[in-house]
Amino acid sequence: MKEIFHLPAHKISKLLHKREISVEGLVKSVLERIEEKEKEIRAFITIEREKILEEARELDKRFSKREELPRWAGIPIAIKDNICTQGMLTTCGSKILSNFYPPYDATVIRKIKKEGLLIIGKTNMDEFAMGSSTENSYFGPTHNPWDLRRVPGGSSGGSAAAVISGETILSLGSDTGGSIRQPASFCGVVGLKPTYGSVSRYGLVAFASSLDQIGPITKDVLDAYFLFHIIKGRDSQDSTSLPQTSLEENLKGEVKGTKIGLPKEYFTPGVDKEVKRWVEESFKVFQTLGAELIEISLPHTEFAVAAYYIIAPSEASSNLARYDGVHYGYRTVSPREKGEENPVVEMYEKTRQEGFGEEVKRRIMLGTYALSAGYFEAYYLKAQKVRTLIKRDFEEAFQTCEVILTPVSPTPPFLIGEKIKDPLKMYLSDIFTIPVNLAGLPAVSIPCGFTEEGLPIGLQLIGRPLEEVKLLQVAFAFQEATDFHKRRPL
Amino acid sequence: MARLARLKLSEEEKKIFSHQLNEILEYMEKLKTLNTENIEPTFHPLPLSNVWREDKVKKTLPQEEVLGNAPEKERGYFKVPRIIEG
Amino acid sequence: MNLEPVIGLEVHVELATKTKMFCGCPTSFGASPNTQVCPVCLGMPGVLPVINKEAVKLAIKTALALNCKINLFTRFDRKNYYYPDLPKNYQISQQYLPLGVEGWLEISLKEGSKKVRIHNLHLEEDAGKNLHLEGTDYSLVDLNRAGIPLIEIVTYPDMRTLEEVEVFMNTLREILIYIGASDCRMEEGHLRFEANVSLRPKGSKTLGPKVEMKNLNSFKMVLNALKYEIERQSKVIQRGGKVVQETRLWDSERGISLPMRYKEEAQDYRYFPEPDLPPLDLPPEWIEEIRQELPELPQERRKRLKEKWGLTPQEADLLVGEKELGDFFDECIKIYPHPKSICSWLLGPVLRELRERKISLKESPLTPEYLVSISKMVEEEKITQTNAKFCLYEVFQTKKAPEKIIEEKGWIQVSDKGELEGIVDKVIEENPKPVEDYRRGKTQALGFLIGRVMRLTGGKANPKVVRELLQEKLK
Repeated sequence: MKEIFHLPAHKISKLLHKREISVEGLVKSVLERIEEKEKEIRAFITIEREKILEEARELDKRFSKREELPRWAGIPIAIKDNICTQGMLTTCGSKILSNFYPPYDATVIRKIKKEGLLIIGKTNMDEFAMGSSTENSYFGPTHNPWDLRRVPGGSSGGSAAAVISGETILSLGSDTGGSIRQPASFCGVVGLKPTYGSVSRYGLVAFASSLDQIGPITKDVLDAYFLFHIIKGRDSQDSTSLPQTSLEENLKGEVKGTKIGLPKEYFTPGVDKEVKRWVEESFKVFQTLGAELIEISLPHTEFAVAAYYIIAPSEASSNLARYDGVHYGYRTVSPREKGEENPVVEMYEKTRQEGFGEEVKRRIMLGTYALSAGYFEAYYLKAQKVRTLIKRDFEEAFQTCEVILTPVSPTPPFLIGEKIKDPLKMYLSDIFTIPVNLAGLPAVSIPCGFTEEGLPIGLQLIGRPLEEVKLLQVAFAFQEATDFHKRRPL
Repeated sequence: MARLARLKLSEEEKKIFSHQLNEILEYMEKLKTLNTENIEPTFHPLPLSNVWREDKVKKTLPQEEVLGNAPEKERGYFKVPRIIEG
Repeated sequence: MNLEPVIGLEVHVELATKTKMFCGCPTSFGASPNTQVCPVCLGMPGVLPVINKEAVKLAIKTALALNCKINLFTRFDRKNYYYPDLPKNYQISQQYLPLGVEGWLEISLKEGSKKVRIHNLHLEEDAGKNLHLEGTDYSLVDLNRAGIPLIEIVTYPDMRTLEEVEVFMNTLREILIYIGASDCRMEEGHLRFEANVSLRPKGSKTLGPKVEMKNLNSFKMVLNALKYEIERQSKVIQRGGKVVQETRLWDSERGISLPMRYKEEAQDYRYFPEPDLPPLDLPPEWIEEIRQELPELPQERRKRLKEKWGLTPQEADLLVGEKELGDFFDECIKIYPHPKSICSWLLGPVLRELRERKISLKESPLTPEYLVSISKMVEEEKITQTNAKFCLYEVFQTKKAPEKIIEEKGWIQVSDKGELEGIVDKVIEENPKPVEDYRRGKTQALGFLIGRVMRLTGGKANPKVVRELLQEKLK
């Protein structure tokens, strides 16, 4: 079947179960696509060719025996390289873990394996998820399939690029400050960041523990919905995970009477005019569908980036302390220096100096500073208080509306190298996605337009805690009334 | 700060980082303008408490897997350069 | 100048749980290196801690036994520092809201008693072990111990003499064993100490510069280190110098303290609340339940044994010193309130049997009912004291009940005068000379006659009764 790799999982699964295609055929088709496109896109760090073919053949045997198999058995999925996969290289895009093979699977991996999904490989990312462009990877940048000179977004750039280019059917990413939603927006795919606590973090290499969540990056809303259902749920190994409500079988996409809030602080002059145009076009779509658009205010929005860039690096500086060359990962090979009085300390410092990239080092320094004696109150504690204010903003806003609509990024995908020299500029590009992580809310990015140059633009829908179903209903409604999600790069 | 973070920065890096960090920290000054008296900090976004487990033994990792990724090991131990205590 | 030492202690106690603080790895001692480790306590990328409820319970128990106020809202924090035996390079501990605060421990000294105040009691995880081999340029790390639950007990610097320190440590250890918080086996590292000591002129209210001594792993080490430090500091002051506020390591082999060679630049632990663990909101009902579960504490037991049951201080100490002996005593007394008798049995023959067989009371076949039975039979003169001791031995040997043993061995003592009269008469008849001797005043002759009766009854006659009968008849 031509270009089967561009179909969403919910369509392919029907073909598999009807035996109109074989799993091996499907997998071969995806692998061929990777052959064709990988040189230019560089979405993957590891590709498990042999393994997935073997697993595909096994599944075909079981299909032909008419065994009862899970709904999505045989669908290839790409995993962001900061999610631990047993026996499979897991690097987090970093030199310091470039030789790390976890002896265990993350909880989400156990769940997808149980569902019969086949892991095609591990995708490229900003080192330790720190970045908004996938330019901070030890393995080099990933290129946006819509325009190879541009970034795919970050930090889950590899996952998003692989989905839109047909190098995988589904993927998982992680989101701490926008790392699922922004690449989804830049690549023209769907990216869902679930409510904090909805998906187990056990096995997700921690960046900022109180902000990280794993989520689906998919070709359309239905795929995101079903994949979310597979990975969600309370995990006894993650003390910060929550029990989940049950699945609603069909997304109906009914939005009549739904109140959608438009926060005035998110529609400021600083937003690129094409982004503005397409997001505002979406208002018309929603209105036609019967939704009610209300202006709301999230007054503390302007403080979100500052609060985030204290909290996240602080937690990160502690989470990344373990990378020291002692128990796993890279260890320095440079010889001992004369006059260095403590050999172990010297080893730590050299290992980390050589093993970490610039952005990671920068954030570790920032975080170390914010937590240090004398500054803890002024920075870390203060930022956590500001976080409370931001959370309250949303709680109040959700009294008058059910879903909030905003742009995802103030700009369309930018050029590789354009922002990398100016960290502060890069940080400010996360302004619309960050508040969501601070408040722990669910949010989804869906394609809502294309610039004149053919670059994708996404819109963000933010929901109340644990209301992913409602959120995706609204997203589904928009999707069914448009066809941006059907477009593919050449 | 670099010592605390166990990073051995080069002179040039120290310069660039200082500059960048200063810029970033200046931006953070924004936060000082907010009045947060009587506001509780949010350390956890969820209203969870008392999450714990029973005192039951679970499977451990076999020694080979514990040491499987170790850069240097010897006779079942992790091996590191000499630790000086005092 | 009269100087007085001002001493405080930080005690680390390994809790007697089956598994580690934040993962399900076993806590048993002595396993091969790195065989009791999982991804969580190894600090691998992506792992998360999960609190051991039993550890929290034992910590609460200990805090209550030390009269602490329990912080119902309590939380874990990260203590960040780098060390090869600390896999995550941070320790999950409690800094801002420890579980217990403002408690005290009353200690009995040779003269009077004293309250040593507890500043806080908190939970944390242990680190692994580093090994240094002589003459090598590397160290080896074993993570079996990493993650074992610890409680840290921090006292105020209320102690003034080495006696107070020693009594404090012993009293604390006793309590920990009694409430089941820890087995306190020193050779397994269950109890570790850090001591801080400063000197000041007697009567002064201000504190002098204090020196912290780390890694004192036995009571002896603590006392030797303190003794040395106090002398060292005195000398410094007497020479007109100033004591440097620092951390020193105790070298137990050479018997001296040394400043740390590698100075940690003002160790900044950058404490912040542990984001991977939601806080604890302890239900007051649970605390009450635990309080009810607290056993009688050693000091209370000592008092009760002396005041209620009239035991001597030495006897009380011995019964308190080994909890199961004291428990056993109480069980016996419940059935048969003859404290002196039970006590002398326990501390004498029973203890001897246990020591010789190298077993504990729990492991032995002796039950309170059995011991009471033996004691009763002696009191009621059903058996002789000697046979009773043999009977005890037989209980240990054969695990049979005393009554059965006595029956089988035929040790029942005959005390009925009627039964014995016949034999006594016979002996008097058959031994005229001793009878004559006795009547003439040779009292030893009576012993001979008693012996004859004992022989004829196969040892079963009650010697007391025999003596009475003979005396009556030979008047």
